[in-house]
Amino acid sequence: MTTTERQEKAVRELLHIAESVYDQLDQGDIPQMNLSLRSKKNIEFDARKNVWTYGGLTANRSAKTIKGATLMLRTLHMVDFIRDMIDNKHSSTLREMYYISEGWGNGKFHSQDESNLLAEDLEIVSRCMREDFKLRPEEDGARVIGDLTIIETDRKGKRKTINCRDDVGDSGYSIPYNVEKEKIEMKSAGADFIIAIETGGMFDRLVENGFDEQSNALLVHLKGQPARSTRRFMKRLNEEMGLPVVVFTDGDPWSFRIFASIAYGAIKTAHISDYLATPSAEYVGITSSDILNYDLPSDKLSDQDVAALKSELNDPRFNDEFWRSEIEAMLQMGKKAEQQALAKYGLDFVTETYLPEKLSQMGIMF
Amino acid sequence: MHSDDGITKKTDSPRKRSIANDLAGKQQEISVTEFFEKNKHILGFDSRSKALLMGIKEAVDNSLDACEEAGVLPDISVSVERTEEDEEYRITIEDNGPGIVHHMMPNVFGRLLFGSRFHAQRQSRGQQGIGISATVMYGNITTGKSARVMSKIEEEDTAWVMDITVDTKKNRPDVKNDNPFIWPDKVHGTRIEYYIRGRYIKGKQSVFEYLKNTAIVNPHAEITYTDPDGKRYLFARATSRLPPKSKEVKPHIHGLEIGDMMRLARDSKQKTLRNFLKNDFSRISDRVANDILEISGLNGEMRTSAVTRDNCRDLVNAVSMVKIMAPPTDCLSPIGEDLIKKGLKHVLEGHRPEYYAPPVTRAPRVANGNAFIIEAGIVYGGELTSEGQVTILRFANRVPLLYQQGACAITKAVESIDWRNYGLEQRGGKGIPYGPAIILVHIASTKVPFTSEGKEAVANIEEIGKEVALALRLCARSLKGHLNKKERKKKTRAKFDVVQQILPEIAEKSATMLGRPVPSLDSTITKIMNVVWVEPFSSTGKKGLRHLRYNIYNYTTTPKSFMLHSVLPRSCLNETIMSDILVEVTEDGKTTWKVDSLPPAACLELEFQLDGELSDVFEESDIFVSGLNPAMIMGADQLPGDWGIKGMDISESESYMDEEEEEIEEEVLDDDD
Repeated sequence: MTTTERQEKAVRELLHIAESVYDQLDQGDIPQMNLSLRSKKNIEFDARKNVWTYGGLTANRSAKTIKGATLMLRTLHMVDFIRDMIDNKHSSTLREMYYISEGWGNGKFHSQDESNLLAEDLEIVSRCMREDFKLRPEEDGARVIGDLTIIETDRKGKRKTINCRDDVGDSGYSIPYNVEKEKIEMKSAGADFIIAIETGGMFDRLVENGFDEQSNALLVHLKGQPARSTRRFMKRLNEEMGLPVVVFTDGDPWSFRIFASIAYGAIKTAHISDYLATPSAEYVGITSSDILNYDLPSDKLSDQDVAALKSELNDPRFNDEFWRSEIEAMLQMGKKAEQQALAKYGLDFVTETYLPEKLSQMGIMF
Repeated sequence: MHSDDGITKKTDSPRKRSIANDLAGKQQEISVTEFFEKNKHILGFDSRSKALLMGIKEAVDNSLDACEEAGVLPDISVSVERTEEDEEYRITIEDNGPGIVHHMMPNVFGRLLFGSRFHAQRQSRGQQGIGISATVMYGNITTGKSARVMSKIEEEDTAWVMDITVDTKKNRPDVKNDNPFIWPDKVHGTRIEYYIRGRYIKGKQSVFEYLKNTAIVNPHAEITYTDPDGKRYLFARATSRLPPKSKEVKPHIHGLEIGDMMRLARDSKQKTLRNFLKNDFSRISDRVANDILEISGLNGEMRTSAVTRDNCRDLVNAVSMVKIMAPPTDCLSPIGEDLIKKGLKHVLEGHRPEYYAPPVTRAPRVANGNAFIIEAGIVYGGELTSEGQVTILRFANRVPLLYQQGACAITKAVESIDWRNYGLEQRGGKGIPYGPAIILVHIASTKVPFTSEGKEAVANIEEIGKEVALALRLCARSLKGHLNKKERKKKTRAKFDVVQQILPEIAEKSATMLGRPVPSLDSTITKIMNVVWVEPFSSTGKKGLRHLRYNIYNYTTTPKSFMLHSVLPRSCLNETIMSDILVEVTEDGKTTWKVDSLPPAACLELEFQLDGELSDVFEESDIFVSGLNPAMIMGADQLPGDWGIKGMDISESESYMDEEEEEIEEEVLDDDD
């Protein structure tokens, strides 16, 4: 489908929502909207697509409650707003929409979270993507350094060929919010694999140590929880260029979730897991056993950490032998460690010893 | 009394006996006055700040008592002025009481334990006659200045003024400058000015607080107060109804001690024991007298003067085994439920409390031979401070008790209740609760059992504690009912917001987007609300005139017929309560309206006015419904079963399904993108 076709479909789907609300009111009923329940209770493994997606549980939003009625009113305003943007060839950030909602009467958003969640709800209802609605996220894209050549169509419609190692500065190539084919074409990759890194400090360490050239790796900075475009970018590289993905994070419960959102699909965006997730991605570390084996400096788990680990034990995505033992081991030792704790053994330790050891065990490096 | 510390040493050796003889030479009678002078704390003058307050309290108590006895609405003014001397104040209290006859003035103000009430069994503020003369004495001692008293009685044209000091050796007044004078514009009344060394404080135990609380339980009094900075406060009269005069009664035999019995027998004018029992006590019939005599084994014809200590013991034992009617209670003058509310409202309205629990006046009970009545009230919410413990206002015979809260039976009763059941916070379900509330407790009795002569705390007597707790529980239950109602209302209010505000916006927005006409919402609205909604509005016009309006919306899918009921203050009823849908008003103010076939999505207005002094006592939320499933109506309670109105011939067949709002559990989404 072309962009225009996709946008037309989005408008059609969204207007269905308005029609449904109107018809219910016209018939004298209490308007209702059915949405997939967006919680880990409703996450199922889709064996065909190899990712976790929403199951059949739905939450009924009824106009009977203030919450339900407000949501419905907001939805209508948002649909109208999106239609307007598409008609006028505008786009806006989620944050801008949050401010625009000031004029929506009782439908105005009280926090940005509310507007983000609603945008995702609309994706589910309309089976379209947020990008089709011309809504962009606030955050700037993640950075990439390594031997990858892409062709990006810039804002003036000019096609630019960019090598992500030779044509960029030390901060790398910045992933745009739209990474679809009409915007970015994957041309060629000299790199053998992708290493996705949680923290900026560790990304810069690998860049400085020349890990991209030394090990022929494509370095991707995740910036904490990776943005949708970052995940989509990695998935396309994985599928189209056949590059394996490994994930290198801190050793704590939150980092486990970063990995899960890359490999299995995030709970929040499970409706588009098959579009964002890279099922073959592997976890490098820091693992619980790394903390012991490398005798890394560690911090005590906080109460929230412990609660997060326990919650992961009932998360279906972590329900395999590897994660079970990792989580239980971390709970048992009561400790977590940062990636940069590896500096205990010198600045080169991570690129000279740790990563080569771990990656060769995984069969990525030899 | 042989020494002021009351210690007697045993003298069993010859040498010591000689010391005892030495001492005997020095021992002498000291007057009651001297005793109290040395034990000022017994009278409550134990600190400088308290002394200042206690003097005013005694004088105001006397003024109120005197006015009530004379059937006069009290006008009392109090002023406290600083003098040039450090910590010395000039106190003036003036009333419009009946006045004191000239020759009695010295004794009333200058002689301790002189009074008309010491032996009387009746409810009054002052009970022992120690108060005002002790104040004069304390002022004399601490400043060396005499008190100036003026009084005028209605029958005489001239008033009298005199300066009085107390001769503590003889317990006799010492009078100087005794002169008649013309008191312009004064029909009758008394004024006392005295100097006292004291400390003026603000806050919980201040003169202001005492007068404010006095105004709450004496809504018939008008009190003016001028503080040392010259600021004037007026506690205006809230009602012109005087409390009924309390009557004097004979003592009740229940609960008397052996010594009491001996004293009464000795002082009796009755010749025989039988007549002593029958005539000197209340509620002793021939049959009861016979029972007592039979059980005690005493001869009814025995001479009263011959009754011994052992006889008295036998009588007391016998009495405890005989059932005797409770003492007559017309000797008590409770404030009454209406006037407690009136007084509270009048004084506390500045705090805009959200709820006054209907005050409770319990039936009279007996403790230690004295009748007593407990009254209680609770005020909640609004701008009352929600920090810290609730305020407990304690009153005995309409006198505020400001000291020794912890030692008082009233406080102990408050602490004994688990307030968490009634919507107040309380640590561990014990102790004084926390929250934005004021708890008022009044004990009216012919003889309030205080823990000391300072009359600051009610002694911990089981019957009293039990009654206080019972009264408080009744109020607390009303409070809980109010809080529940509030919670329920909040929920309905939320639905109301949905249908009144959000739904119309949804309809309009969707219609505009689709280019279609705005749909009618009536049917959707009735389905969402599924309730009849009664919303009260109240406004106050000129003095005593209140306008009330109830909007009655039928937010259900079928026409509704039902009755509305309320109890309106009897004295405020007149043609202003007329309304098209009025069915009847009974003598006691029970009012019924009939709503006939109110169609779905329709609104009916019920309007009326109340006119009169008690119009503000009516609580607009006190409206009841019959003939409709109470779950189907919001803003009115189900008519209580004891209402006693016939003709509830409308039946409600529609069953109400309690649709609980399905709460969608929103889990925190763990990961972000």
